[in-house]
Amino acid sequence: MAAKKPEFEQSLARLEEIVRHLEKGDLPLSESLCLFEEGTGLLASCGKMLDEAEQKVVKLRKGPDRAPIESDFEGEE
Amino acid sequence: MSMDRQPLSVSELNNHIKGLLERDSRLAEVCVRGELSNYKIYPSGHHYFTLKDSESSLKCVMFKSSAVKLRFRPDSGMSVTAFGRVSVYPRDGAYQLYCSALMPEGAGDLQLAFEQLKEKLAGEGLFDRSHKKPLPAFPEKIAVITSPAGAAVHDMIRILGRRWPMTRVLLLPVRVQGTEAPAEIAGAIRYANEFELADLIITGRGGGSIEDLWAFNDERVARAIYASRIPVISAVGHEPDVTIADYVADARASTPSNAAEIAVPDCGKIREALESLGIRSCQAMTGKLSALSDRLAALAGKRVLTDPLAHIENRRMELDRVRDGLAAAGERVLAAKKQDFIRLASMLDAMSPLRVLSRGYAIASAENGKPVKSAKALSEGERLNISFTDGRAGCRVEKIEINS
Repeated sequence: MAAKKPEFEQSLARLEEIVRHLEKGDLPLSESLCLFEEGTGLLASCGKMLDEAEQKVVKLRKGPDRAPIESDFEGEE
Repeated sequence: MSMDRQPLSVSELNNHIKGLLERDSRLAEVCVRGELSNYKIYPSGHHYFTLKDSESSLKCVMFKSSAVKLRFRPDSGMSVTAFGRVSVYPRDGAYQLYCSALMPEGAGDLQLAFEQLKEKLAGEGLFDRSHKKPLPAFPEKIAVITSPAGAAVHDMIRILGRRWPMTRVLLLPVRVQGTEAPAEIAGAIRYANEFELADLIITGRGGGSIEDLWAFNDERVARAIYASRIPVISAVGHEPDVTIADYVADARASTPSNAAEIAVPDCGKIREALESLGIRSCQAMTGKLSALSDRLAALAGKRVLTDPLAHIENRRMELDRVRDGLAAAGERVLAAKKQDFIRLASMLDAMSPLRVLSRGYAIASAENGKPVKSAKALSEGERLNISFTDGRAGCRVEKIEINS
């Protein structure tokens, strides 16, 4: 339901676009270099997002005003 | 019947009757009990049979798509309950039951209820492919609607975490069996939509008996899944259990673990994809640079750039050659002129009056210096100068004689 796409997905889509442009090879050198630099940055940030991702799990219950209240979920039996 | 009425063709009449039957909502979902007879399976995969009781019979057809789902092997003589719709086969002008499911007599009430609900919801279009929503490629938040106890929830959380830890998992704890379960599951699906909690819902439970799974065959759950704006993955039991929820959901997983695999990408694969994008962009860049440097090298190979003075030196050499040529030509012209001069000088010398004088001739000239060429130009008493080879003499004209 999120209006905008998640950051990772956007970065990946942009990266794919950049590689397509670079592979076409018809851009002036300065623009190619700019794109290459942007792509390298995106690669690094995507890699970082993956490296640093830590799963978050929360349990939701309905609060008194019906709005959700989060609590830790450790698992129960 | 009035005689002026236009007669119908047989096809028109049969199609008219077909239309009548198909508009009847009761005939659209029927459930009929009887004995199978004349059961035949055609090479096409369609099954043809007759249902009968002691007084009556009904022609039936079950198309291959439905027949492959049969969990038993029907045969003539068996008592069954058939589900389907009644319509007309215009070619034969015969009405028949288009059977979508068959159940042997003695199957439980639950099975019967399942087939009836399935028939009803299918008729309403709840299972239509066109209504199914695409799943997000990289869900940010997943609402897991299941029991907080048991293996299913732990399997899902573990696999979601291993594959794609960036996704936040929101557990909406519900009971998944018992009389309260359907309302809780349906309520949680609606709640997730109301607060836009997630971009994907997984609802399900581990395997069990048909009674254990029953909440996922409940009409309320089916309708909540259908109404959800958030895509829903159903994950009930183990293959080959199929629930109504599985039919309505946007995607069906065979187990809760499988649901987690369907829900998120595998970060290992994504890392590989990133790596390959990195390699491709490096290759593209290297290609670009080497193409440009080749062009540069080709230009740099030209002599104007490698040795810029060479051009000037060449011009200077040309200039020297021209200058030498010019000097030689000058000298040739001068020599020729000198020859001319010598020749003319000797001619001049030959014609010199002094040379004539030296042979004994003399030149007379008037007082004004002009040579006297004729005696007629003279007058007596006039003074003349006579030039000799070695001197001059001043004279006076005494007498003039003109030759006749």
